[in-house]
Amino acid sequence: MIKISKLDKKFGKLTVLRELDMEIETGKITAIIGHNGSGKTTLIKCLLGLDKPTSGLISINGFQLNGDWSYRDNIGYMPQLARFPENLTAREVLRMIKDLRGFNGNMEDELVAFFNMDGEMKKPIRTLSGGTRQKVSAIIALMFNPDLLILDEPTAGLDPISSSLLKDRLIHEKEAGKTIIITSHIMSELEELADNLVYLLDGRIIFTGTIEEIIKRSGEKNLERAVAYLMTENGA
Amino acid sequence: MKPFLKIIKYQLQDLIRGKWILLYALLFFVLTDGLFRFGNDGSKVVLSLMNITLFIIPLVSIVFGSMFFYSSREFIELLLAQPIGRGSLYRGMYVGLATPLSLAFVAGVGIPFIYNTYHTGAFGGIFIILLVSGVTLTFVFTALSYYISVKNEERVKGVGLTILIWLFFAVIYDGIVLALIFMFSEYPLDKASIAVTLLNPIDLARIMMLLMVDVSALLGYTGAVFKQFFGSPLGLVVAVSALIIWMIIPVWLGLRSFAKKDL
Repeated sequence: MIKISKLDKKFGKLTVLRELDMEIETGKITAIIGHNGSGKTTLIKCLLGLDKPTSGLISINGFQLNGDWSYRDNIGYMPQLARFPENLTAREVLRMIKDLRGFNGNMEDELVAFFNMDGEMKKPIRTLSGGTRQKVSAIIALMFNPDLLILDEPTAGLDPISSSLLKDRLIHEKEAGKTIIITSHIMSELEELADNLVYLLDGRIIFTGTIEEIIKRSGEKNLERAVAYLMTENGA
Repeated sequence: MKPFLKIIKYQLQDLIRGKWILLYALLFFVLTDGLFRFGNDGSKVVLSLMNITLFIIPLVSIVFGSMFFYSSREFIELLLAQPIGRGSLYRGMYVGLATPLSLAFVAGVGIPFIYNTYHTGAFGGIFIILLVSGVTLTFVFTALSYYISVKNEERVKGVGLTILIWLFFAVIYDGIVLALIFMFSEYPLDKASIAVTLLNPIDLARIMMLLMVDVSALLGYTGAVFKQFFGSPLGLVVAVSALIIWMIIPVWLGLRSFAKKDL
């Protein structure tokens, strides 16, 4: 379980996260939503140790984040924008990351086949399209079989086929007991995937709960309308 | 293998396949070969090359270094989401860039030098000093470029700043020194001018090379003082240590900022 308490993050004078308290359940898919600039990516970066909290505590499965990096051994991360060394092939990039993590297993062949990437692996990254790079990024996040997956707008830029493949895979990972954190702007997608939802506005949590509960509370028929309803109700 | 060495390995692989390092090597190759074709002998070629390299190496190292750093930003972020320490990554990226740049220079200058002088045997001490100074300047200015890039979030500002810093050390600094010497011409300046030289890595490299080719007489009175100081074993140790400090301080500052940086 991930526990965040009183998390504050400031960039100079700009406050991005304000006294954030939240818990993320193990074995569930938690969606973080909010406008652009609401603090979603910053929150994710705090979890990964890429951004250092101004104050507050984060603990992941009982490990309190303190600058030690070993806890990331158990995290798979797919960033919003994937860029890799241009002259390496996709295969070499995978090998590099495996090598850096000192990982000996082999899950990537299965993932490469799963995402229909067999034909792309020997090509240099610079020749790959944006969507194909996204898939390389997804493979990197998944290939260490981590307990925690963090995905920042993973389906943005993917074609419908790849996007459904990724969603299938995420559901499969969840069923295998993985904890997944995902951000997205596509409510129908989250309605299909997520169990829990956290709505961020200006670095504060406006509302949170299970998807079912949120829809029920609003009395609307789907998540998109429910979120819109709750936003107006909360004066957002 | 240590993570830091792994970073170097893959970065080398990436950079060596790219066109920039190759073009950089080619530039030195054409220059050196050209100078020989104009009928110069080894020591004259070294002298001309010296003046060129003192301009080109700092410029390319500092500008290319920061452009490379900025373009690797997203990948740095991805790597730091893995169980890797920031220090290993930074050191790996530094050595992994300064090394191919140095290799390009050594190969670009070295190959034409060897095939033009092997029958006369004219290349020796000065040639080695040229290579060592070039490599040292590469490491110094790459270190500066990374430090500036870590400190500045905006790419345009960062790259602009690297060009300014290069201009300062390569051109403006000497102008200021000349102005100062002119203003204080009534005072004994030998010690002060040595101190001033230590504060500019390009000047340090230049002095070391000039003393080796023994044209310090051209430098006049100050040159004689330099010869006396930098020509002595103590002077050489001081000069080399100053260059090493010029490398260590920006690397240390960069590592410190990178460790605290929000990505």
